[in-house]
Amino acid sequence: MSDELKEAMKRVYGGDKPAEYKSVGNDPKAKDLLKKIYGNAQLASKNLSNDEPKKITKEDAKKIEQDVLQELKKSEVTKKTGYHSKEKIELTTSVNPHIKNKENVNSIMWAVIISLLPALIAGVYFFGMRALWIILLGVVSASATEFIIVKLTKKDMTVMDGSAVITGLLLSLVLPPTVPLWVPVLGAIFSISIGKMIFGGLGHNIFNPALVGRTFLMASFPAIMTTWILPDGVAGATPLGLWKLQGIKTSYMQLFVGNIGGSIGETSAIALLIGAAFLLYKKVIDWRIPAGFIGAAAIFALAFRQDVLFHILAGGLLIGAFFMATDYVTSPLTRNGKLIFGIGCGFLTMIFRLFSGYPEGVMFAILLMNATTPLIDRFTKLKPFGYRKPAQ
Amino acid sequence: MLRFKGGIHPPYNKLTNKDSIEIAKLPIEVILPLRQHTGAPCEPLVKVRDHVKVGQKIADSEALVSAPIHASISGVVTDITDKLHPVLGICKAIVIESDGKVEWHSHHKSEDYSNIEVLKKIIRNAGIVGLGGAAFPTHIKLSPPPGKKIDTLILNGAECEPYLTCDHRLMLEKTKEIINGLLIIKKVLDAKEVFIGIENNKLDAVNSFNEVIVEKKIDIKVVSLPTKYPQGSEKQLIYALTGRKVPIGGLPLDVGVVVQNVQTAKAVYDAVVEHKPLIERVVTVTGAVKQPKNLLVKIGTPFKDLIEQCGGALGPIGKVINGGPMMGIAQSTDEVPIIKGTSGILVQLKDDVEKLNSQKEENCIRCGRCLDACPMFLMPTMISKYSENNMMDKADEFHAVDCFECGACAYICPSKIPLLKWIKKAKTEIMSKRKVAK
Repeated sequence: MSDELKEAMKRVYGGDKPAEYKSVGNDPKAKDLLKKIYGNAQLASKNLSNDEPKKITKEDAKKIEQDVLQELKKSEVTKKTGYHSKEKIELTTSVNPHIKNKENVNSIMWAVIISLLPALIAGVYFFGMRALWIILLGVVSASATEFIIVKLTKKDMTVMDGSAVITGLLLSLVLPPTVPLWVPVLGAIFSISIGKMIFGGLGHNIFNPALVGRTFLMASFPAIMTTWILPDGVAGATPLGLWKLQGIKTSYMQLFVGNIGGSIGETSAIALLIGAAFLLYKKVIDWRIPAGFIGAAAIFALAFRQDVLFHILAGGLLIGAFFMATDYVTSPLTRNGKLIFGIGCGFLTMIFRLFSGYPEGVMFAILLMNATTPLIDRFTKLKPFGYRKPAQ
Repeated sequence: MLRFKGGIHPPYNKLTNKDSIEIAKLPIEVILPLRQHTGAPCEPLVKVRDHVKVGQKIADSEALVSAPIHASISGVVTDITDKLHPVLGICKAIVIESDGKVEWHSHHKSEDYSNIEVLKKIIRNAGIVGLGGAAFPTHIKLSPPPGKKIDTLILNGAECEPYLTCDHRLMLEKTKEIINGLLIIKKVLDAKEVFIGIENNKLDAVNSFNEVIVEKKIDIKVVSLPTKYPQGSEKQLIYALTGRKVPIGGLPLDVGVVVQNVQTAKAVYDAVVEHKPLIERVVTVTGAVKQPKNLLVKIGTPFKDLIEQCGGALGPIGKVINGGPMMGIAQSTDEVPIIKGTSGILVQLKDDVEKLNSQKEENCIRCGRCLDACPMFLMPTMISKYSENNMMDKADEFHAVDCFECGACAYICPSKIPLLKWIKKAKTEIMSKRKVAK
């Protein structure tokens, strides 16, 4: 006898084998079955009453059995849900939780890409279509490099996660708008291969890949990497260059809008701040790294009697603080660690700006702090809630 | 009031928060596992073919940490054998087939309620355990070891698990009974302060408690807490209400607090005032069923009976979960019984389960979301990495054993890493190693 029938019989008789009829209470399914079996609702309800136990003959039982089986076969529930059907339903067992947040690596990466669009648009607006070509070449080369390396190493395809696009985009945005078109290509290849894939891909790299690429270009082709133009196409210097070498201060308004010399995506403070606000609002980045970065730079500038707002708005500080130092992979895990990391970036940037031979120091500051990330993680290891030092 | 740090905001999906508690149909058969609580398993007091009545004690244990089990229906014991258990996998159980009648076992009603020891004995004999899920025997919780003074009693009405509404409905429908149960517990503990903590997505429950408290001039503070998972976790609730931090590896009583679930308070009321042992509880049957319901269910009722009473599933079933989606246990079959600690049955469709499982696991991108979500301030990604590489000593250094498995880390992880799976593995191995060392 099948399990379903057993159950149905139990509902009708109160036992597996036809025996003395027992009460089935107010079970509508059993009532329904009895109705079908006896073909008469009145009789059914009489049989449902508890008063007199009813003897059921063998013939009765057989008929009932058949009816019950048929009834179950017809049952819509059985058909639709597999519930109470003959086949056991196959259930998935897995460790809790049984729901997951919608956010994934892809959506985070694309949020970062969207947040860089204002800077991209500002760069193209100020420096023309050539800037767009540089960006496109950077993005395509970065993606292609990752594609080829993944294919060669026979790993799961990762190009679509968007992180290679970010690396290509960030690298291009911190290139001068005058670079020959092979520069973003070479830079992107270096960023992805040496900066990221050699360590095992996303999540394993030590240094920010875009900055690794830029450092490589800077060291190899210093002249190309330091040739600047103003938005009108005339050769000129960056605000930090003007300040360092000639003591000229660019106005706050120009720094804010971005109609000044500089890398494609770093000149417009307002565009960067719009993107940053989006990332903070979407909780993609934590405020601690940019706050530590900008705060420390401001304090340092103040201590050395520099123009605080100028140093925050000029050069790569904003793009570095909001979009590069905040790279998850190469910055500390803990909240305290993030603050320390940001502060380190801010101080180092200002040391390089004030005391090195270069007018700018954001790139070196972030790369140096990337190297300290494991150390910071170790020193900011969290103590569990309710932690007490174990008794000696 | 403080706010515990960490936590997440999953979609709450409280489908049944407006549905009054319905009495479930009398089951044809109940399966009563001999272990439905933390502690020693019970030994059966009945034999196969014995006739039992509702409320009759059918299993008990001499051990201190244990709780007796009572027949939830009247009928015949048909089997005493290994049966599937929703939490333990397999456990010896007593199977009772209903005789369709509701015959109650007779009780001795005259007791000296002013005597605390008598009250504790009643609570023990009623088989009451923590009904929030952990199922720790209540009489043990009410007997703090000498030297530990309890000054604060907290009623946990947070019900932070998504989907579940059984506590919410009970708070609305049995407000007075719960308060009376709480006052009995207060008397037993001789606690000075009593809090009721409820998430602010259940303000109607806050109001109904306040009405009774004002009317009867009872000194209980009802606090509405921010809706955040896992607000209902003991340590986080205690912190939010009192600012006290339960030391790691410690218990609430280490900071002078006892926390009780609303259904436990109701069960205490039933035992002391109504002379009824724990034979039924409210269970939310929810998710992908046709009519999600809050059902008053006889303990031992098979899951499938209840799913059927809710109209069956909306399509092919993928998961049947004992509890809620965050901490619940996915079952291998729907034939497991409701036990004392079962607060809900969550049904998930096959399509949805497959969709969730098809999400590719990616490398950790060190975003730190799991650290921010962990209410115990652990570093889930670190523990998980060490566990995955079998470096259990390192996992121990990162306090793997202090995880209480809320699942917030695995929920929030954008790389879809089964963090909790690895942390659980580390916990198990570290604990067994410690046992061997002892």
